[in-house]
Amino acid sequence: MADVSAATSADDSAPVRRRPDDLHTEVAVVGAGPAGLAAAVTAADAGFDVVLVDAGQQPGGQYWRHPAEVEPGQAANSASAATAANEKTDEGAGHHSWLTFSMLRSRLRAHVAAGRIRYVPNHQVWLLESVGTASVLRLTGTWDAAPLRARSVTAERLILCPGGYDRQLPIPGWTLPGVMAAGGVQALIKGNRTLAGRRAIVAGTGPFLLPVATALAEAGAQVVAICEANSPTGWLKNVRGAVQVPGKAVEAAEYAASLMRHRIPYRVRTGVTEIHPAADQPAADQAAADQAAGAAEHAERVGAVTVTRLTADGTPIAESGSRIDVDLVALGWGFTPSLELVLAAGAHTKKDVDGSLVAVVDDRMRSSVPGVSIAGEATGIGGAMMAVHEGELAALTLAADSGRAVSSRRVTTLLRLIRRERAFAVSMHLANPVPQNWASWLTDQTLLCRCEEVPVAAVREAHDVLGATEPRTVKALTRAGMGWCQGRVCGFATAELVASCRGRASRAEDLRPMAKRSLAVPVALGELAALSERDTSSAKMEGGTPSERGRTA
Amino acid sequence: MSGQCDGAADSADRVEISFDGTPISARPGTTVGAALTDAGIRSWRVTRIGGTRRGIFCGIGVCFDCLITVDGAPNQRACLVPVADGMRLVSDTGEAARGNGSGNDNSGEDAHG
Repeated sequence: MADVSAATSADDSAPVRRRPDDLHTEVAVVGAGPAGLAAAVTAADAGFDVVLVDAGQQPGGQYWRHPAEVEPGQAANSASAATAANEKTDEGAGHHSWLTFSMLRSRLRAHVAAGRIRYVPNHQVWLLESVGTASVLRLTGTWDAAPLRARSVTAERLILCPGGYDRQLPIPGWTLPGVMAAGGVQALIKGNRTLAGRRAIVAGTGPFLLPVATALAEAGAQVVAICEANSPTGWLKNVRGAVQVPGKAVEAAEYAASLMRHRIPYRVRTGVTEIHPAADQPAADQAAADQAAGAAEHAERVGAVTVTRLTADGTPIAESGSRIDVDLVALGWGFTPSLELVLAAGAHTKKDVDGSLVAVVDDRMRSSVPGVSIAGEATGIGGAMMAVHEGELAALTLAADSGRAVSSRRVTTLLRLIRRERAFAVSMHLANPVPQNWASWLTDQTLLCRCEEVPVAAVREAHDVLGATEPRTVKALTRAGMGWCQGRVCGFATAELVASCRGRASRAEDLRPMAKRSLAVPVALGELAALSERDTSSAKMEGGTPSERGRTA
Repeated sequence: MSGQCDGAADSADRVEISFDGTPISARPGTTVGAALTDAGIRSWRVTRIGGTRRGIFCGIGVCFDCLITVDGAPNQRACLVPVADGMRLVSDTGEAARGNGSGNDNSGEDAHG
């Protein structure tokens, strides 16, 4: 094991091609964001042998995304060296709770150095199987040339911390280059110090629009407006909730000050209802012209948006639209948890107050499947600190369930913190809902599914003409949600649109088929072939076995 | 116009990469998507059906809109692949991406349909 941990440690900067291992461990943690980091180091503290698998190149997840760590080979195994490196760089610039991350990372490095955590970055789980009572994670590189260190991880216990990503609603023109998820704009800034545009608009709903807008402004962009579809009275109602989570009040005050400093207009009950290509480069035939000229940098791109006042239910108010020139549009409607591994494990899911599908867990983060715990955004969007607390609680629960000594005082504290953070998250969700009538700004030609290029009209036709009454059937008929992203981007909107065709609210049964993925990430056919050559007689695809395990418990 | 954040440390170290044969100088430690964005390039793929351009959308490996060929490997997510000196990037704006050629944007779809 010492040999393997050395090969997979964070300081292994020289990519050595070696035969990837099949790892065996007591606890596997998937995801090295706030929840996964906390879960992994807490489990290792408790004496478990831990494997931590993460798609990223370095720990932190989306929330603590930061530039490539300076001289990682020198700093990786020494907390003092790491601290020194941090002081020399601006890697924590723009981050809240950076100290929390810095401490978690130091603990990770210490555990990796001691061989208690085998850290496997740059790997994604493409298949979750079960063999007996163990879970088997099949891994692939995040990109083809990523050095593959582990081919599989077999674990007695699993803690899934897959995080989430921006929830999206289609808008006419939203496939134009220069239109991005708000989190993607933030990732370019936080991870690369790259600015995706110089004249930006940030639109959608929710508190996350604020840090994205202020990060853009602080990086040098002009932010022409934040368009918040909901009303600020939602924020005012939350003053009590904010006071109960003091950090949140400070955060909100800082954002408010930054908006003032950068003169960013915060427009409520307002939405970007149409996105236009740059005027000098009309969409028609532009792609062909560019191709002929070989001038990709002069490609079709965003040039302007229509900003429209919205009623309380999200209906655009006639004649209220105005056109604003921009070269970057950042969109976000809250977040959607990554649930493919949760569903593959056979764990129960439900629709949360924000309308997204989430994993069902008990108050100690245990899922409905024995041996599988879930922490962080997958259990309901609640922010980074709640995720940290959930990750720690999940690991402490594993320890307690295995008969190890656990501080009951700490567990009580975590339960109280999580309860408070959840209450705050719920009040934010209720203040920032997806507008009920969002579909009113769609045109027939608006692409719902970006990958398979399925227009809204095709979905409505599947319902009105072909008699498809549920998202599962609509998906099969239209291919919405069946392209490269497997419904990650359009799944929520497709479920909502079909439900609205039925004249009802969406249900978990609508969301689930759009979130289920037969393979968690696309893999080369060679990897599937290699799998079938091995002995898979005891394992079933799509987590069928763990699901049965859950029912028999 | 896109590019580096104001005040971003402009390291003396650069890596040299190429995009469709054009040399680009990139900051080490950034992703392919960031390097292209720094260079003012917003799009490197054309869709199969509508023939419209795409660039980075989600920026975190979820949406697969930013697929690009990296050193001969097709369908890599530009937002996740780190740049490396001498890296050759090729856009998917040609015949294949339009569905008339070898269909190199399709190799993964059979595996997850």
